[in-house]
Amino acid sequence: MATLVIENLRKSFGPIEVLHGIDLELASGEMLVIVGASGCGKSTLLRLVAGLEEPTAGRIILDGRDVTRLDPSARDIAMVFQNYALYPHMSVFDNMAYGLRIRGLPKAEIGRRVQETAALLGLEPLLARKPRQLSGGQRQRVAMGRAIVREPKLFLFDEPLSNLDAKLRVSMRAEIRRLQRRLGVTSLYVTHDQVEAMTLGDRLLVMHLGVPVQLATPMEVFDRPANTYVAGFIGTPAMNLLDATLTAGGTAARLAGGTVLAFADGRREGEEGRQLTVGIRPEHVRLEAGGMALAIDLVEPLGSETVLLGRLEDETLLSVKVHGAWTGGERTQVSIPPASLHVFDSRSGLRLDPVR
Amino acid sequence: MRRSANWLAHSVLILGALLFALPIWLAFCAATLDPAAIDRGELSLIPRLDHIGSFWDVLVHGGPGVPPVWRMLVVSFGMALAIAIGKIVISILSAFAVVFFRFPLRRTAFWAIFVTLMLPVEVRIIPTYAVMGDLHMIDTFPGLAVPLIASATATLLFRQTFAAIPDELVEAARMDGAGPLRFLKDILIPVSAANLAALFVILFVYGWNQYLWPLVVATSPNLDTIVIGIVKMIGIDTSTEWNKVMATAVIALIPPVAVVVSMQRWFVRGLTEGEK
Repeated sequence: MATLVIENLRKSFGPIEVLHGIDLELASGEMLVIVGASGCGKSTLLRLVAGLEEPTAGRIILDGRDVTRLDPSARDIAMVFQNYALYPHMSVFDNMAYGLRIRGLPKAEIGRRVQETAALLGLEPLLARKPRQLSGGQRQRVAMGRAIVREPKLFLFDEPLSNLDAKLRVSMRAEIRRLQRRLGVTSLYVTHDQVEAMTLGDRLLVMHLGVPVQLATPMEVFDRPANTYVAGFIGTPAMNLLDATLTAGGTAARLAGGTVLAFADGRREGEEGRQLTVGIRPEHVRLEAGGMALAIDLVEPLGSETVLLGRLEDETLLSVKVHGAWTGGERTQVSIPPASLHVFDSRSGLRLDPVR
Repeated sequence: MRRSANWLAHSVLILGALLFALPIWLAFCAATLDPAAIDRGELSLIPRLDHIGSFWDVLVHGGPGVPPVWRMLVVSFGMALAIAIGKIVISILSAFAVVFFRFPLRRTAFWAIFVTLMLPVEVRIIPTYAVMGDLHMIDTFPGLAVPLIASATATLLFRQTFAAIPDELVEAARMDGAGPLRFLKDILIPVSAANLAALFVILFVYGWNQYLWPLVVATSPNLDTIVIGIVKMIGIDTSTEWNKVMATAVIALIPPVAVVVSMQRWFVRGLTEGEK
């Protein structure tokens, strides 16, 4: 159990700065998921915390101790790698025991800890095997076991599920969450998969181009995305983002096609004509006679629901998620419920909250 | 179709094997003829088993002008072993440094090693001899092996092997707290074991076959390698005892063949598999 504090952490590779100052605080036992598209700096952040890279500036404080300049092994951190990085020539037992042996633990203690961890992960029958004799899911477990057996202050997960097939990924996801809760070890988890991010994290950190964009609980990120990037990144299918302008008095948005959407939660700052981007999630768009006309280009049945990809009269693209199969024709009418509307400033992309 | 292709492939293989085996068989048969038979141009493909004692004779008593063959076998074996092990140790360490450490002039160091590929012992034999002379290593056992130990080939091979090791494996070891030497011993060498064994076989045979350098640096009969011994036995005076030469040649084949055969499984794995 330990807290992790990151202060103004920066990293440059040569002249290129990839992390532009990260501040972060993790409570003891918390699982924070760092999510973002590839190249957003999330893996770099993890590697800095691990000590595999040297930060250009900033501090990393683990459990009250400044570990910024410490060697990885001196930080009391364990990491699960994307490709597992198991030692190919060692048995499962030796893979887990290696770190403990280096620390010079007594043999009996090592044996006990490895046995306990193996029992926790259901690895007992596999202890004598070599990694190449294991399936992908089993290797993943061994990699987890190698981290758990060390009883570290902090777990780091670097996209640990991305090499597994879809079905296994779902079950391992649940297992990681259960284990982390049970062991209560503070964890940083990096992924590009937003479903993983939503389901695993106590909190999410959404990163974009080396900058932290939003740090909040998964539901808050989903309900109140901080900017258009987060709005488009979290949620499938992605949120519809439509161009609009502010009406006089700031009480409504006028879409490019002329439709006026009144704000349900209050008026927004700004003069008439201020450029806005309004967002509406596909599942919130309502099918309603008398609404905007939508020409459907593509129907994507997903089983329990169907995604309709279409165009409004002014050629704006709009996707709609409906329950069950789609039996309608190629045209329909839709409306946007004001309560589900997200309003952003189009220049900065930032969320516009109502004026109090 | 497949059957006939198999048949063809096998006959080519058998033909090739026979072609390689024939000279060895001839040498074996010649070793059992009487000393003057080859000079008379008589060569037989059938060994005379009553003369098989010539092998024992050279092994224990040697031939004209050379020590017993067993002695030369020991010298050759020692030299080949020293060269193979020495080369492997030196090149593992230098490849380890070049691949895993960032130090000034790292690329320069690598290229300096690389360039020595163009300077085998045969090219630098005079300066090497001079250096050995300064070090008082002429006509000593270390003098036989040491100059042949520095090896660019093995360094290059290990560099490739090490570079293919995933970064995450290195990082996992760092997180587990393994220092550089520990990483070398516990992870790197076991992971490259197959390549190491393959290289050992190649280098052992290379060392065994050395001729020019031992000829130059060692004059004492105590340091005659078996390859030198064979040459010394030919044409010292007018009558070469060809049966003894042939017997020695056949005996000289046995140790490298034994090394290749005993390490064959590893050898093939190291060259083909590239275990990750």
